[in-house]
Amino acid sequence: MQKWTRDQMAARVARDIPEGAYVNLGIGLPTMVANHLPADREVILHSENGVLGMGPAPAPGQEDYDLINAGKQPVTLRPGGCFFHHADSFAMMRGGHLDVCVLGAFQVSAGGDLANWHTGAPDAIPAVGGAMDLAIGAKKTWVMMEHLTKGGESKLVERCTYPLTGIGCVSRVYTDLAVIDLTPEGARVIDLVEGLPFDELQRLTAIPLVDAR
Amino acid sequence: MINKIYPSVAAALADVQDGATVMIGGFGTAGIPTYLIDGLIAQGAKDLTIVNNNAGNGNTGLAALLKTGRVRKIICSFPRQVDSYVFDELYRSGRIELELVPQGNLAERIRAAGAGIGAFYTPTGYGTTLAEGKETRVIDGRPYVLEYPIHADLALIKAERADRWGNLTYRMTARNFGPIMAMAAKCTVVEVPEIVELGGIDPEAVVTPGIFVHRVVQVERTATQAGGFRKEAA
Repeated sequence: MQKWTRDQMAARVARDIPEGAYVNLGIGLPTMVANHLPADREVILHSENGVLGMGPAPAPGQEDYDLINAGKQPVTLRPGGCFFHHADSFAMMRGGHLDVCVLGAFQVSAGGDLANWHTGAPDAIPAVGGAMDLAIGAKKTWVMMEHLTKGGESKLVERCTYPLTGIGCVSRVYTDLAVIDLTPEGARVIDLVEGLPFDELQRLTAIPLVDAR
Repeated sequence: MINKIYPSVAAALADVQDGATVMIGGFGTAGIPTYLIDGLIAQGAKDLTIVNNNAGNGNTGLAALLKTGRVRKIICSFPRQVDSYVFDELYRSGRIELELVPQGNLAERIRAAGAGIGAFYTPTGYGTTLAEGKETRVIDGRPYVLEYPIHADLALIKAERADRWGNLTYRMTARNFGPIMAMAAKCTVVEVPEIVELGGIDPEAVVTPGIFVHRVVQVERTATQAGGFRKEAA
């Protein structure tokens, strides 16, 4: 069994983003999804600092530090793109106007609770940014994360032990092993990495799974 | 004749009081009013409460202000960055108070202050540690947290173009918190590289109407600060 690479995970998420969608891609792994959106599909990327229609990184030497994304990297604006202030930008999230938001996570619970902003370490300086607004705002919140921690523990859990970002907000999880829908009827596996038996996935996962492929 | 244009940063900031709450615009490299921050440091007001998305980078700007020890409290969403060592040190040694606010709640609390809203219910943060002790309410089946506005004595913001009535336009993502902070402060001071005659800004394109602006200072156009950020900094 070969786990999906980060690029393969990003491509798998990109496959599910429909034409015409307004999408926010979180910092880190989710940002890679943009590289895999097919050129013939019109998807409008939102950035929390006031951009719709965000384009790729500029060519070297063309960076303009007045035009950056939420991760503070220089970006470009596509024709038709626009700028707006922070309250409008977060109204787009909180008001349910974004179709899809893709976030990273430390843990996701069976009920869709998300923990992705704080490890809870007592000496850590807390910083939340837009994580809590994003988690609860979009019509669909998807998570991209490794299936297991570095120590081999399931990041899908019955109850999050890390501080919560949002409650019951995650509807789908893309890991390096599977794609799992979190529904009131349970966690439904809709895709599985090649060569991994379902029973083995279940053995690695701390919540009950349903084979829905 | 109305003329909100001040001859210098020092003149525009001469009357800042100790204990003031000061909003400072900017997100990442974009929209930081660097001349006004330096002016506030030079002016010397102390015991300040600062409202900003972050808590400073490197040794310049907001970080330099923090380093003076004149900031009592900071209200922000993302203080921790790879080069926020000035804040980190103050925080760890208990010399600065931090009120951590989810970014959308921060923006809306600022907007609410400017719009005369007494408080509002927001879904953001419900059930998290950042909502602990706050009033909650279920409306149409959805849980919300009660949040109060953030008013300021002073807002320092950076715009792209102004006229003598204080009408403003911004440049790309340097807009960020500028328009809402301008609304939320008793005195809004703006630095701009370009001042035009009345009518020189297309009225359909004015982003911040002059009613929200009190003082305008023309400054040199400088390249926005590009250093000091690693890619994963948020």
